[in-house]
Amino acid sequence: MSDDLNGIDFENVSKFYGDVLGVNRVELTIPPGITSLVGPNGSGKTTLMNLMTGLLRPTRGRIRVLGIPTDRPELLHHRVGYCTAYDSFPRALTGYQFLYSYLRVHGRAAADARALTWRALERVNLTDAAERHIGAYSKGMRQRIKLAQAIAHEPTVLILDEPLNGLDPMVRSEVIALLRELAHEGRHIVLSSHILHEVDLVSDRVVILSQGYVVAEGSIQSVRREIVEHPIQVLVRCDRPSLLASRIFEQDHVVEAKIVEDRRGLLVHTRDADRFYLLLNRIVVDSGIRVESVAPADEDVQAVYQYLVGSEGGTA
Amino acid sequence: MSTGAGAAPTPPQWGLWSQQALAVLRIELRKVFWGKRSFALYLLCLGPLLLLAGRAFVLWRGWVREDPAAAAVFYANIYQSFVLRFVLFFGCAWIFTNLFRGEILDRTLHFYFLSPIRREVLVVAKFCSGLIAAVTFFGATTAATLVLLYAPYGASTAVERVLGGSGIGTSVAYLGVTALGCLGYGAVFLATGLLVRNPMIPAVAILGWESINFLLPPLLKKLSVIYYLVSLCPIPISQGPIALMADPTPAWISVPGLLALTLGVLLVARWRIRDAEISYGTD
Repeated sequence: MSDDLNGIDFENVSKFYGDVLGVNRVELTIPPGITSLVGPNGSGKTTLMNLMTGLLRPTRGRIRVLGIPTDRPELLHHRVGYCTAYDSFPRALTGYQFLYSYLRVHGRAAADARALTWRALERVNLTDAAERHIGAYSKGMRQRIKLAQAIAHEPTVLILDEPLNGLDPMVRSEVIALLRELAHEGRHIVLSSHILHEVDLVSDRVVILSQGYVVAEGSIQSVRREIVEHPIQVLVRCDRPSLLASRIFEQDHVVEAKIVEDRRGLLVHTRDADRFYLLLNRIVVDSGIRVESVAPADEDVQAVYQYLVGSEGGTA
Repeated sequence: MSTGAGAAPTPPQWGLWSQQALAVLRIELRKVFWGKRSFALYLLCLGPLLLLAGRAFVLWRGWVREDPAAAAVFYANIYQSFVLRFVLFFGCAWIFTNLFRGEILDRTLHFYFLSPIRREVLVVAKFCSGLIAAVTFFGATTAATLVLLYAPYGASTAVERVLGGSGIGTSVAYLGVTALGCLGYGAVFLATGLLVRNPMIPAVAILGWESINFLLPPLLKKLSVIYYLVSLCPIPISQGPIALMADPTPAWISVPGLLALTLGVLLVARWRIRDAEISYGTD
C-alpha cells in the first residue's frame, strides 16, 4: 500500500493487549469527509482511534495519518485533534485555562493561543462558561469542552470518540451542524457513536467493527448492497400497491412484497435493486400507476449494523 | 493541504521545545503548588518547622539552655535524620512519582500525549517542574529551620550564624545538599513512577535500603542517594555504635555522581516514555 498523504492508512494492523485481541488485521483507508466507526462495546472502535492518534502502538502493521507515522507525536498532533471518551480533566482549571494551557504546549504564542481559545469556545457555545472551573461543568458542557480542545488548534483530522454522548437534543443538533461544517471545510472526521440514526445523518462512510475485525466499510449504500444474504428493501409509495404487487411477483429477484398498513405503499424485498428499479419504471409506464416516492427502506446504518453484527446495537 | 514530514528526522527546534517546556512547567507548577493533593506536602514541610519552633520556644522561655555551637550539632542531627531521610524522601516520592503516575490515575496524561510535543521534552519539562517544586518546598523548609534554630539567640546572632562569616558557608551547604537531594531522589522516583505500576512498593524498598545504609559495607553504601548527601553535609553526625564506617565521598565525586544518576534516569525515562501507551479505558 502506498502512503496516502490525504488519508488515514491502516496497513495490516493488529493490536493485542497481552492475549486479548484489540483489533486484528485491519486494512483500511479513510478519506476526507465524515467516517463513522460502528460496532458493539468491545468491538475495537476506541482501540482503532487510539491507534490512529498514537496513544497505542500497533502490535503488528503500520499506521499513517496524512503520511505521518503515529509514533511521531511532534508531527502528528499539529494535524490531528482527538476528543477521547475519557471524562477527566486536569484539576482546578477553568475552561479557558484548559484550552489556553494546552495550546501553549502545542507551541502557540500567547496571543495566538488566546485567539484560538476564544474561537474554539465560540464554536462549541461555551464562551459564557469560559471562566468557570471545569469541575463545575455539566456532563454536556464537559463533552463540549473536550470537543473544543480537539478542534482548538484547527487540525486537519478530527477523531471523536462518542462525541454526542451526554448532550441534550438541542446541543446534539448544534454539534452535528458543527461536524458538518468542519467536514465541509475539507477535514477528515472520524467518529464513533452508539446513536445509529445520528450516525446515519452525518456520515459519508461507515466502518463496521465486530470483535476486533473490520466487517464492512464504505458508503452506507455500498455496504448495504454487499450484504447479499439479506434482500434489499424498497418502499414504493403509490396509489395502487396491489396492482404493483401482482406485476412484480413474476420476477425471480423479488423475494417478498408487502402492502403497508395505510394501503398507500408497497414494501418490496429484492435480491437485485438495479433490476427492480428498471422493472418498476416499465410497470409504471405500462400500467399508469402513480408513484409518489421510491426509497430504500434498509439502506441505513441501523439495518446494516443489524445484518452484519447481528444485534440491535445502541440506539439511544 | 500540506503533507506530513513522514518519518524523516526533524532538526532540533530549541526555540519551540523551550516554549513547550515552559508551558508544561506552568501547568505542572500550578498543580503542585495549588492542587488539593499538595496539602500533604505542606504538612510534611510543617513538621521540621514545628519541631524547630517548639525548640525555639523552649529556649526562649529559658526552660533549657544550649549554646549556638551545640545548636549546630543538634541541627545536623535533625537535618540528616529527619529532614533528609523523612521529609525530603517522602516529599520527593510524592512529587516525582505523581508526575506521570498521578496523571495516569487521574486519566489526564493523554492531553499531553495528544499535543505535538516530543516525549523527551515532556519528560525533561515535567522533571524540571518537579525539581523546582521540590527545591522550593524543601529549600524554603531548610532555610526557615536554620532561621528558627538561631532565632532564640537574638537577631544579631541569628544573622551571623545563618548569613555571616562561616555561617553562610554552612547555610549554603545545607541548601545545596537539599537541592542535590531533590535531584537524586527526584530522579529515582521519576523512574519508579514511570517503570512500576504501583510505585509504593519500590518506594518502601528504597526507604528500607536508604534506612539501613549505615549498616552496609562501604561498596554497597555507594549505591544509595543518602550516602552522598550525608557525605556533603557540613557537620558529620554519629551513625551509631553498630554502623560500618566508610570514608565520606568528596564533593567532586558526590555532586557529579548525583548529576550522572539524574542524567542516567532521564535517559531511561526517555526510552520508557517514547513507547508509552495510554489505555486507561476500554472499548
